Amino acid sequence: MKKSKVFWGYAVLALVIYAVVQVLISTGAIDIYYKNMLITMCINIMLAVSLHIVIGVTGQFSIGHAGFLAVGAYISAIITTKLMLPFPLAILLGALAAAGAGLIVGIPTLRLKGDYLAIATLGFAEIIRIIFLNTDYVGGAAGMQVKYLSNWTYAFVGVVLTILVISNFTNSRHGRACISIREDEIAADAMGINTTYYKVVAFVIGSFFAGLAGAIFAHNFYIIQPTTFGFLKSFDILIYVVLGGLGSLSGSVIAAIFLTVVSTYLANFPETRMIIYSLVLIIVMLYRPTGLMGTKEITDLFKFGKKGGTK
Amino acid sequence: MKESKKLKKFGSLLVASSLLAGVLAGCGNGGDSGSGGGSSSSGGGSSSDGDTIKIGANLELSGNVASYGSSIGLGAELAVKEINDNGGIDGKKIELIKVDNKSENAEATAAAMKLITQDNVVAMLAPATSGNTVATVQIANDNKIPIVTGSGTAPNITVNEDDGTVNEYAFRTCFIDPFQGIVAANFASNELDVKNVAIFADNASDYAKGLAKSFKETITANGGNIVAEEAYVAKDADFRTQLTSIKSKNPDFIFIPGYYEEVGLIVKQARELGIDVPLMGADGWDSPTLVELAGAEALNNTYITNHYSAEDPEQKIQDFVKAFKEANGDKAPDAFNALGYDSIYYIADAIKRAGSTDGEAIKDALADTKDLSLVTGTFSVDEDHNPIKTATVLEFKDGKQVFNSKVNP
Repeated sequence: MKKSKVFWGYAVLALVIYAVVQVLISTGAIDIYYKNMLITMCINIMLAVSLHIVIGVTGQFSIGHAGFLAVGAYISAIITTKLMLPFPLAILLGALAAAGAGLIVGIPTLRLKGDYLAIATLGFAEIIRIIFLNTDYVGGAAGMQVKYLSNWTYAFVGVVLTILVISNFTNSRHGRACISIREDEIAADAMGINTTYYKVVAFVIGSFFAGLAGAIFAHNFYIIQPTTFGFLKSFDILIYVVLGGLGSLSGSVIAAIFLTVVSTYLANFPETRMIIYSLVLIIVMLYRPTGLMGTKEITDLFKFGKKGGTK
Repeated sequence: MKESKKLKKFGSLLVASSLLAGVLAGCGNGGDSGSGGGSSSSGGGSSSDGDTIKIGANLELSGNVASYGSSIGLGAELAVKEINDNGGIDGKKIELIKVDNKSENAEATAAAMKLITQDNVVAMLAPATSGNTVATVQIANDNKIPIVTGSGTAPNITVNEDDGTVNEYAFRTCFIDPFQGIVAANFASNELDVKNVAIFADNASDYAKGLAKSFKETITANGGNIVAEEAYVAKDADFRTQLTSIKSKNPDFIFIPGYYEEVGLIVKQARELGIDVPLMGADGWDSPTLVELAGAEALNNTYITNHYSAEDPEQKIQDFVKAFKEANGDKAPDAFNALGYDSIYYIADAIKRAGSTDGEAIKDALADTKDLSLVTGTFSVDEDHNPIKTATVLEFKDGKQVFNSKVNP
């Protein structure tokens, strides 16, 4: 009973935040530049959280996440631009297509471990990118012009859905199975957990939400090109997760917000931009080797406060 | 047990906390730049009625193609300095505001929005590459701020691919891809008198594909035969297989549209395989790195079409070369420098003729430009917002680009 009360509390809070931003946007207090930054932030949060379930929860080191972003982006763009179907349908199908790609990629590769898995996922992401590069239907190297259809509502709902599903999954029986794989795969296997099955499930869920982010990404930036989804994009997402703290959902969210703001702000200093950005990463990793949040969640911090209070 | 129940809450809390943080960050920045804009406008007044005219530059200053964006920026800075030293536009100084777009489409979109909403620019230099420029076209149209790309050569920047309508606020200083292919084909059939040609194009680049297509059409119309067509992909390093296949067809001439990194190796390997026929490319070859990769000797008997040549004896060009060398430590300006320089003069000329800094008036003036004499050629703007201007053909002799001829459209 207490649990549901807390849940609704946060649901209301989320709604209030959504409404406040929406009002600020419609009255023009937040102009297109900041609106774009907020949407970019939402996209990055979705990407970070969707990779968190693969790396942070299940412990599978995947560095091909941009591939699923690309599938979501291209499939949704084809649906709206070529087939002229509505945007919500495009988001759904883009995400499902990415999940499908995740399944196809996941079944053979998730039998691998560590470095081998990393290289296999990187390879698959490149294959996905090269397929789009050589498909004239989606514009090949020149890319595909996409209608601007995204807005704050889609981005916000996407983030809420992503966090809700992934946090609930993590706390479910299946999530605990995934965590046990992260902690010790052999032990998990010995306890009767079907490790390959759970790894694939986590991978498919992660791909689904990466595809969701891809659909919003494609409809927010006017053009998608295969070069956008190169392995550097995968590393950007990986950085959010590692910087936030492997295993911490709130950490990856905070890192995604933090780095989006840093990157946007540094656009004013073109000469030193990449140096400062890199320095920020190095300093954070030096002083917080386990990431901003370590394996803790932001809720843990409040809990410690409460415990201290009752004592 | 109590602990595990509590753990379950964190998901929904996260939703709230992350969004709150996002909102705070957004508002915080809004406040910052608002005050920043305020202080600058108290100094110079707003863009339309103060004594400065703000022109944005949304350029690739870091990332994959940083060298293109930086070169455009250097040229643009020189032009701004010259205009300001000569009294500005109707007494108003130009202020160039540069923003980095990391060579990424999404960043280019954000940079365009920043320049329009935070810096209140009256016109913008658009990114150096086509994809990044396309990412800003819609924003320019929506906000009625004209953009001019120095080197974005794809046709779909100024003309909407789907319905063929012109993007009202998008302009360019360079010629479009197909034009270079036509010039190269005409040069090959008229000047070099070749009949059997081969094409070796970068399959991963739209630029190369566009050039290859228009070259093929024109050379066929001129009565030439395509004896071989091979392709490579950017970042390849060994081209001997394709080159051997081309060699077996005995072409008199090989057209190689592509970028200097691969072309340098292609030229070197072609010469090693004993292919001594003329090779030709386009502005993608224009880099000092090409000579380093291919070697001066291998580059003999190769030609490129380009926007301009620093060797061109014309007075205007030599003046520009001299001024650029003075400003940049004796470095000879390349085509991107020249295009950046010209783009600023193109915008400045339009603002002057428009007599106002209103986006709509500047747009109309840009579209009406006729016989404007610039470093990369005298040009007029056609109904698709593309300049009609000359292309220059250069020949490599002992590693140096030597001016060969100018070709009119």
